[in-house]
Amino acid sequence: MIKQTTYLSHSYGKPNSWTLSAYESAGGYRGVRKALSMTREAVVEEAKKAHVRGRGGAGFDCGTKWSFMPKESKKPHYLVVNADEGEPGTFKDRSIMEMNPHALIEGCIIGCYGIGAHACYIFVRDELHLSKDRLWAAIKEAKAKGYLGKTPFGKDYEVEVYVHTGAGAYICGEETALLNSLEGRRGEPRLKPPFPAQYGAFGCPSTVNNVETLAIMPSAFEMGCDEFSKLSELHSFNDGGARLFGVSGHVKKPGIYEAAVGLTLRELIYDLGGGVSGDRPILGVIPGGSSCPVHLPDEVPTLPADAKWDPYRGKSILDIPLGVDTFRNAGSMLGTCCAMVMSDAVDPVLALHNVMRFYRHESCGQCTPCREGCGWIERILNKIVGGKGSIAELDEISEIASNITGNTICAFGDGAAQPALAFVRRYRKHFEDYIVSGGKSQTRRLTL
Amino acid sequence: MAFALSAEAEQKLNDILSRYPNKMAACIPVLHLCQEANDNWVSDDVIEFVAQRLELSAAHVKGVVTFYTLFNQKRPGKHQLWVCHTLSCALRGGEDILHHCEKRLGVHAGGTSKDGKVTLRTAECLAACGTAPVIQVDKTYYENLSIAEVDRIIDTLVKDG
Repeated sequence: MIKQTTYLSHSYGKPNSWTLSAYESAGGYRGVRKALSMTREAVVEEAKKAHVRGRGGAGFDCGTKWSFMPKESKKPHYLVVNADEGEPGTFKDRSIMEMNPHALIEGCIIGCYGIGAHACYIFVRDELHLSKDRLWAAIKEAKAKGYLGKTPFGKDYEVEVYVHTGAGAYICGEETALLNSLEGRRGEPRLKPPFPAQYGAFGCPSTVNNVETLAIMPSAFEMGCDEFSKLSELHSFNDGGARLFGVSGHVKKPGIYEAAVGLTLRELIYDLGGGVSGDRPILGVIPGGSSCPVHLPDEVPTLPADAKWDPYRGKSILDIPLGVDTFRNAGSMLGTCCAMVMSDAVDPVLALHNVMRFYRHESCGQCTPCREGCGWIERILNKIVGGKGSIAELDEISEIASNITGNTICAFGDGAAQPALAFVRRYRKHFEDYIVSGGKSQTRRLTL
Repeated sequence: MAFALSAEAEQKLNDILSRYPNKMAACIPVLHLCQEANDNWVSDDVIEFVAQRLELSAAHVKGVVTFYTLFNQKRPGKHQLWVCHTLSCALRGGEDILHHCEKRLGVHAGGTSKDGKVTLRTAECLAACGTAPVIQVDKTYYENLSIAEVDRIIDTLVKDG
């Protein structure tokens, strides 16, 4: 069901929307005042009621994550914002940083207070120069108005926010690699445990939250987190509120659309996204960034037997509400909630080739199954695309990918394996035809 | 000749240091600062400078430099032209733009045009998928591109004296 909202996006497209005056005229910096009038413990309990599932891709409940921080600690606590948006197909956090940076700043103040931190680092990928500029400007404005610093809003609780920059590495979007990069090291992921709440930035208890997760918390606190959660059709699944939905690829109106959780892919693609380019049939949809499996448009997933899934049983994947648990239990993944649409003009062999080149390039190299596996899969696809592949090698792709899953330090390996497994399984016939004909029978490309 | 920063850049370096609880954390921001002051690349002199100022081993700094795509270990052209070729851009013509740039500039991706004005590079997803295809020239994104627009941008770059 489409319930469009404007909690984050009300300012998008308006002139000077990123300024403090515009933000306050639109009702900003109210949620934080409410939060600062509560105790730290009450803020965390309230945050849990919002049921904001981490908007970076893992979907972990925000309030629950905040509650993992030590109640007392001899070491300083840190809030670290993951603004390293790099998941292919994903461009929503950038919209917040460029057009509504104060929403993130306000969220950071609430987050710092909730986790007992006095310093926050916003780790922005280096390429997003405008985002960094707008965030620094917003921090400066907030400091000048007494919203950041030693006594934000008059409360004796120091909060400082800094922008930190990356240097071109998708893997730094993984929270422990991000922490290593923040510390001035190679962006290589760490083993978990220990988790950041015990040992994070600079060896201190830390919480890493996605940009959008933090940016929506002020709105949630302002209206009451329980009220906010209830906006969502999936409130009873603890997947609350409203969020940004992205759509790109072969659609007529690619972009970011904000709506209450409950929106489906069909609504995102055909209603909000204006339909498929050229009104062509869909070859496949990837729901939330390239690490998610690709789906055929008429796929009907098998949901668990529990009665709570009955409303969605028997429905196409395009008609199941985009949610963390709905998609996980449908054998898919919500990821970043930014969908990529491929029309029937697309050759799935070329699409997978493109995706696996990305993973091979971005592998940090620590784990043998991922480092060697991604390269191996890409080389097999090079052969197939070049007309020199074999059916045996097609099976090899699945075997190599299966050997990556679960055998790595971080989830990047799973993210690389998932598209390889999904594309080969769902377009098996097409891959076989391509191989047998040496690619000659194929007239499709990637573009329309 | 040893690498040194201007007084203004030194001020920025001190500002950067003040944000973190230790010197190592300043490594990446300081490397960016120094790269910008060194014709956009990180030479061994720059590595030595950063290592000394941040009390790190040169090996550590070099380890950081070699990990990240945006630290150039070789001097690039006057401008860097990055063409995104990840899936959403590829679906909307990113690869055609890349091939066109290769033809116009007379190089393969990774190479620098003979006049030294432009280094052509491929980029992975630049978070501009809704406005694909996109290129990044130095710090600026150019989105919703057509081949004609790419030509206009390249024209400006090659004229840039």
